[in-house]
Amino acid sequence: MSHYPRYKKYRPKLYRARVPIFWWVHRWVHVRFILRELTSVFVAFYVVVLLLLARAVTQGPEAYAAFLAWLATPVALVLHAVALAMVLFHSVTWFNLAPKALVVHVGKKRLPGAFIAGANYAAWAAVSALLAWIILWA
Amino acid sequence: MEKHAKPSSEPFWWALFGAGGAVAALCIPVLLLLTGLAMPLGWVEAPSHAEALALVRHPLASLLLFAVISLSLFHWAHRFRFTLYDGLQLKHLEALIVVFTYGGALVGTLAAAVVLWPF
Repeated sequence: MSHYPRYKKYRPKLYRARVPIFWWVHRWVHVRFILRELTSVFVAFYVVVLLLLARAVTQGPEAYAAFLAWLATPVALVLHAVALAMVLFHSVTWFNLAPKALVVHVGKKRLPGAFIAGANYAAWAAVSALLAWIILWA
Repeated sequence: MEKHAKPSSEPFWWALFGAGGAVAALCIPVLLLLTGLAMPLGWVEAPSHAEALALVRHPLASLLLFAVISLSLFHWAHRFRFTLYDGLQLKHLEALIVVFTYGGALVGTLAAAVVLWPF
């Protein structure tokens, strides 16, 4: 970005009309946009849980068992169910946007967007299978 | 108006946001499904403590875990910062928000380094 506008007090040239906080609730596309942005909160929530899980593992068998017991409480289960829906929404929106961010040319032809999105979904499946295999069987 | 735009740190934060978004999109659904639902509900058996410790102490696995945690936090920091600016119209609190978001991601990264450091 060449110029990043910054708000300064008392500069009428940079006046902007006030926008209400809930400007985005009136149209579904705007709600979906805010939901997509809020998926990041659930991404952060889960990696904090993952870090606490790793810490419990390093602390010993009792701490690990206690953390697994917390994961099975109704509050933790509901939190994780909501978080799963949100991180799935993150993945799908991320991969669907990939063709717009990534323009690949082969020779003089541009690779079709569906190909790039497809490659992302294939990578998602492969990584998921690999991680599940490592955690459950390796 | 300045003649030349000031050098901006924005591309750096955006790169972390992008890397974190990709890593999170690829890795987090399966991890969350396993540790958050499948294991607690008994669909699959949770690893024993010895197995879990071997995984956390494995050099490659712990490095991967560190990368997933840190990059995901910086992804959150960047995206949530602009959610607060645009969604809640809090642009005037910029300094506070920047400290809270990127500072939070930095604290999480340091915590992950301490937990996963193999000694």
